[in-house]
Amino acid sequence: MRGVPVVVGYALRESLRRRVFLVVLVLTAAFVALYWLGAQKAFEAVDESEPPPAAALAGIDTRTLTGATLFGLSMFGTLFLGVVLAAFLTLSVVRGDAERGLLQPLVVRPIGRAALLVGRFLAAAAVCTVYVLAVYGANLAITWSTGSWRPDRIVEPALELTAAVAVIAALSLLGSVVLSATANGIAVFMVFGAGLVAGLLGQIGEVLESDTLRDVAEVTSWVLPFEALYQDGLNAITADTSGFTEFALQLGPFGGAQPGGPFLWPWTVAYLLLVGVAALAAFARKDL
Amino acid sequence: MAAAFTVRGLVKRYGPLTALGGVDLDVEEGELVGLLGPNGAGKSTLVKIGCGLVRASAGEAYVCGARAGSAEARAAMGYLAELFRFPGWTTADELLELHQRLAGSAGGAEERAELLELVGLEDARRRRVEAMSKGMQQRLGIAQALVGTPRFLFLDEPTSALDPGGRRTVRGLLEELRRRGVAVLLNSHLLSEVELVCDRVAILSRGSIVAEGRPSELARPHGVEVDVGGGTRLFAGAGREEAPRIVAGLVASGEQVYGVRVLETTLEEIYLEAVGDDTA
Ligand SMILES: Nc1ncnc2c1ncn2[C@@H]1O[C@H](COP(=O)(O)OP(=O)(O)OP(=O)(O)O)[C@@H](O)[C@H]1O
Ligand SMILES: [Mg+2]
Repeated sequence: MRGVPVVVGYALRESLRRRVFLVVLVLTAAFVALYWLGAQKAFEAVDESEPPPAAALAGIDTRTLTGATLFGLSMFGTLFLGVVLAAFLTLSVVRGDAERGLLQPLVVRPIGRAALLVGRFLAAAAVCTVYVLAVYGANLAITWSTGSWRPDRIVEPALELTAAVAVIAALSLLGSVVLSATANGIAVFMVFGAGLVAGLLGQIGEVLESDTLRDVAEVTSWVLPFEALYQDGLNAITADTSGFTEFALQLGPFGGAQPGGPFLWPWTVAYLLLVGVAALAAFARKDL
Repeated sequence: MAAAFTVRGLVKRYGPLTALGGVDLDVEEGELVGLLGPNGAGKSTLVKIGCGLVRASAGEAYVCGARAGSAEARAAMGYLAELFRFPGWTTADELLELHQRLAGSAGGAEERAELLELVGLEDARRRRVEAMSKGMQQRLGIAQALVGTPRFLFLDEPTSALDPGGRRTVRGLLEELRRRGVAVLLNSHLLSEVELVCDRVAILSRGSIVAEGRPSELARPHGVEVDVGGGTRLFAGAGREEAPRIVAGLVASGEQVYGVRVLETTLEEIYLEAVGDDTA
């Protein structure tokens, strides 16, 4: 594993030179600016207009409702952008690079295949972690400064988004061993989309009290824990919110998220290890 | 000391296709061996197994005494792939530096400068790969293979993109490597080049070695040609040892002898005969 830092350095330099970071920076600035504008206008509307009479009567706190919904949206945006970054940093690491002849000169060096894969994962995970935390932090600051609202939990959702993106990076690396770059990219985004849809079905299931839908969501959360992490993070931002405000939130697109339970983190770690072992085993046997 | 590269009963199957059907081959320490064969004969497959890129279906391969593909084997060898690409964003110098790190070479800037000079790229040190011609990239590939002074080199068609000057540079380089005691397995379709530099050649056809030996051993006499007063006379099938007798006979019969040449089969003829109808 002596070679891991060399591979990490190589991967980071590759991103820097290929202007990946520049593109990400510019477009993320646009995303954050858009969020700022949205938050500004939304909280302005909350301040200026009277709450609907029914809401006032039920004691619904419109500021919390607005803040939590906006911040849930920003978390979805952060997750999505983090996933895009993770996928593109990893989707052609093995087969894609091998098909282009980029990989062979590297893997015949004594550092070995395992170090190459581990180094690639660590580089992608490090970049995505910094990215997710930065975007999350920016959105948090915007929500606080424009609406004086902050989520009930701050650290937990941030870590969970980071872990969700790391799970995607690991899946994408595993995919890159067997699939060509294009196929792997499609697969990663479809898996991501399927996970989100399953999560939404689960939320609908909660409201409708449908066991089947809840089961589908439950199984999906185990198979694709990035979804469970994201849901748990969403759930945590209104962890201390109760009463009719909580009920109103649950009807919104980001409010019905389910807590992950005590096994979420252990399972996430185990899952990353399992995916890693599968990727290493497949890579070790692969003809290049 | 173990041979630089040893292969025993090597088999590689890709599904129903047998790319290598039980190959035995040795490259001794410091020896330069040319591996010839038609397209699809299995040359690159053999080299890839030696580098640990491809897993053999059966048989064994060792590089400098270590099992092919092991970390020890990879530390002892250098490799230039037939189809390779370096990232466009690196400069020649950065690429070599990366490979120094990957190979654990402590040669530093001195080694890099020496290697670039060896392949005639000393002026392109700071040039990015994406701004290099194909031949320049191939030269850089050769320099890359030499990083960390390997004891054994796999070169898979290292001159396919080079101009005549570049080919000559590589020939000189191979001779320099021989002086330094580096063993080489050279895949090539350029028979004349192989004939000029290699100690030994092996001809692979349809996954099997069909001829092997020093170029001079493989060559068979073709005849003796003598320039006499009346023109050139050919003694077909005669060998070198018969030349004095032939000349003595001609002189005795009153001919004036101006020149004598012993004709031998060229490597090309040997090759074409060995591969038979396996021409791709
Ligand atoms: N990944 C692969 N999958 C299936 N068949 C393969 C694969 N790689 C090589 N082959 C087959 O194995 C045989 C040997 O190929 P190889 O590349 O070793 O030939 P070669 O002697 O290097 O030819 P060339 O002179 O064209 O480079 C060919 O029939 C080829 O089609
Ligand atoms: Mg070949």
